Amino acid sequence: MTITVNDKQYDLPDDPRVSLLDFLRRDIGLTGTKKGCDHGQCGACTVLVGGMRINSCLTLAVMHDGDSVQTIEGIGTETDPSPLQRAFLEHDGYQCGYCTPGQICSATALLDEIANNWPSDASDDLEAAIDLTDEEIRERMSGNLCRCGAYVNIVAAIKAAAKEMAA
Amino acid sequence: MRPFDYQRAERLEHASQLTRPEGGRSIAGGTNLLDLMKLQVETPDTLVDISRLPMAGIEDTDDGGLRIGALASNTATAVHPRVKADYPVLARAILAGATQQLRNKATTGGNLCQRTRCYYFTQINQPCNKREPGSGCGAIDGIARIHAILGTSDQCIATYPGDMAVALAALDATVEIAGEGERTRRVPVRDFHCLPGDTPWRDNVLEDGEIITGVTLPAPVGGTQIYRKVRERSSYAFALVSVAAIVEMDGDLISRADLAFGGVAHKPWHDPRLSDHLVGSVPSAELFDKAADILLDTAQGYGENDFKIPLARRTLSAVLAHATGTKI
Ligand SMILES: Cc1cc2nc3c(=O)[nH]c(=O)nc-3n(C[C@H](O)[C@H](O)[C@H](O)COP(=O)(O)OP(=O)(O)OC[C@H]3O[C@@H](n4cnc5c(N)ncnc54)[C@H](O)[C@@H]3O)c2cc1C
Ligand code: SF4
Ligand code: FES
Ligand code: FES
Repeated sequence: MTITVNDKQYDLPDDPRVSLLDFLRRDIGLTGTKKGCDHGQCGACTVLVGGMRINSCLTLAVMHDGDSVQTIEGIGTETDPSPLQRAFLEHDGYQCGYCTPGQICSATALLDEIANNWPSDASDDLEAAIDLTDEEIRERMSGNLCRCGAYVNIVAAIKAAAKEMAA
Repeated sequence: MRPFDYQRAERLEHASQLTRPEGGRSIAGGTNLLDLMKLQVETPDTLVDISRLPMAGIEDTDDGGLRIGALASNTATAVHPRVKADYPVLARAILAGATQQLRNKATTGGNLCQRTRCYYFTQINQPCNKREPGSGCGAIDGIARIHAILGTSDQCIATYPGDMAVALAALDATVEIAGEGERTRRVPVRDFHCLPGDTPWRDNVLEDGEIITGVTLPAPVGGTQIYRKVRERSSYAFALVSVAAIVEMDGDLISRADLAFGGVAHKPWHDPRLSDHLVGSVPSAELFDKAADILLDTAQGYGENDFKIPLARRTLSAVLAHATGTKI
C-alpha cells in the first residue's frame, strides 16, 4: 500500500490509527502541515488530496492507498514561491505563521473551486458565475482559523493572487 | 484512539457481513467517526472502510427524480447541476453546513448518520444515556443550549445536528438501505431518524449490518425553496434552529408548503399539520403565527434552550413571509 506525496511515493503505515496528518508530519517528516485542534475545527492541517482540500487530521493514512497528496512543501519553495505564497508575503497575510500553510493550501483549492463556479453559502445565485468578493472569500476560508487575526490581510492576499493569476 | 482491525470492504455484501457483529463499524468520509474515535466515544473493534465501494454516483431516475449515491461527497451533491437547478434547498442546506474541507470528505450516508453534538455525549466522563445506557442524562438539568424542544424524552433531549437531512425531509426523499444477502429496503427520510423515547442510544432505523446505498429525490416540484439557518456565528457553526421550505403559490393562495426543521429535535422535524394549515390559505402574519402555534404546541424548553421556542416561531414566520412575498 503506497501513497504519493508531492510526487514522491511512500509506504503507508502499518498502524491503521495513524491519521494522514501524523503520517505526513511524523512518519515522513513533512512538518509544514500543522496540527491545531486535531478535530476538524481549525484548518491548520489542510492538504490537497487529488486536488481537493481536506482536513488531514480527520482521515486515516491507510484510507489513502494510491492517492496523490499535495502539501505546502509541494506548493512552492523559498526560491520559487507560488503566486499565493508571494501574495501572502506582500500583504502580510500572517503574523505567527502557524495557520499559514493551511491557509495557503486552502486558498490554492479555493481558486480552482471559483474557476469551476462552485457556489458557496455566500453566493446569491447558485448557478451564476462567481464574483470573488470579500464576502465570498471569507465564507470559503471559514474553515481556516487564525488565532492572530490576520484575516483582513489574508483576504487581501487571496484577492491579489486571484487577480494576478487571471491577468 | 483504541486499537482496531482495519478492513477494506471489497463488495457491498462484504461490508454488510463485517458490520453485522457488534463492534463492526463502517467508515466513509471519516469526519464524524474519527472525531468520536479520538474522544473514545466510539470504540469499534473492526473499522470497515466502505469508501471505495462504487456508490458515489448521482443519476437521474426514471420518474424524473434524482438518485444520490451514499458515497457522493457533500460537495459533489451541492455543485451538481440538477441539484442546483431542481433542488436548490438541498444545495443551500449542504453549503450552510461545515466547511469546504469537510464537505469535500463528508458523504451522503455519513451525513445522515452523523451523531449528536451534545456536550455530555462527547465527554466520556459525563453521564449520557445515549453513549452509556442507564448512566443518566447530563443535559436535562445541565448545559442544554443546543438541545431539543420537540419530541424529547426523560432519557435524552439531544438533537440531530445536520443540515442536509433537513432539506431531504422537506423534499420527502427516500433512503435506500442494503442488508444481509440481497435484502434491500427503502425508508422515507422523514422516518429514518428515531425519537429518543426510552431507546436514546438509537439514532436511526439502521440495523446491524445495514448499509445506506443512496438517497432518491422525487421529481422536482418547483416553487420557492429556502434553507434558513440560524447559528451563533455567520459561518462554520451548527444550527440552533433551521428551516427548509418548499413553498408554491397559486394566485393569491398557498398551494404547497413542505417544511422541515433542524436543531429542534432528535430528527429533522416534519409536521404534516403545517401543510394542511397553510395550503389553500392567503398568506398573512396571522396565518404564519398560527402555523408556529401548531408547530410548537408540544414544545418544551430545558432552561438554557428556552430561547429556541420563540426563535423557531420567528424563523418560521420569516421564511414563510419571504417565500410568499408577504410583509409581516
Ligand atoms: C468542525 C465540524 C463542523 C461541522 N459542521 C457541520 C454543520 O454545520 N452542519 C452539518 O450538517 N454537519 C456538520 N459537520 C458534520 C459533517 O457534516 C459530518 O461529519 C459528515 O457529514 C459525516 O460524513 P462522513 O462521510 O465523514 O461520515 P463518517 O464519519 O465516515 O461516518 C459517520 C457515521 O455514519 C456511518 N456511515 C457512514 N456511511 C454509511 C453508510 N453508507 N451506511 C451506513 N452507515 C454509514 C458510520 O458508520 C458512522 O457511524 C461538521 C463536522 C465538523 C468536524
Ligand atoms: S441529551 Fe442525550 S446525548 Fe445528551 S447527555 Fe442526555 S442522553 Fe446523552
Ligand atoms: S488540526 Fe485538523 S482541523 Fe485542526
Ligand atoms: S498567523 Fe498566527 S494563527 Fe494565523
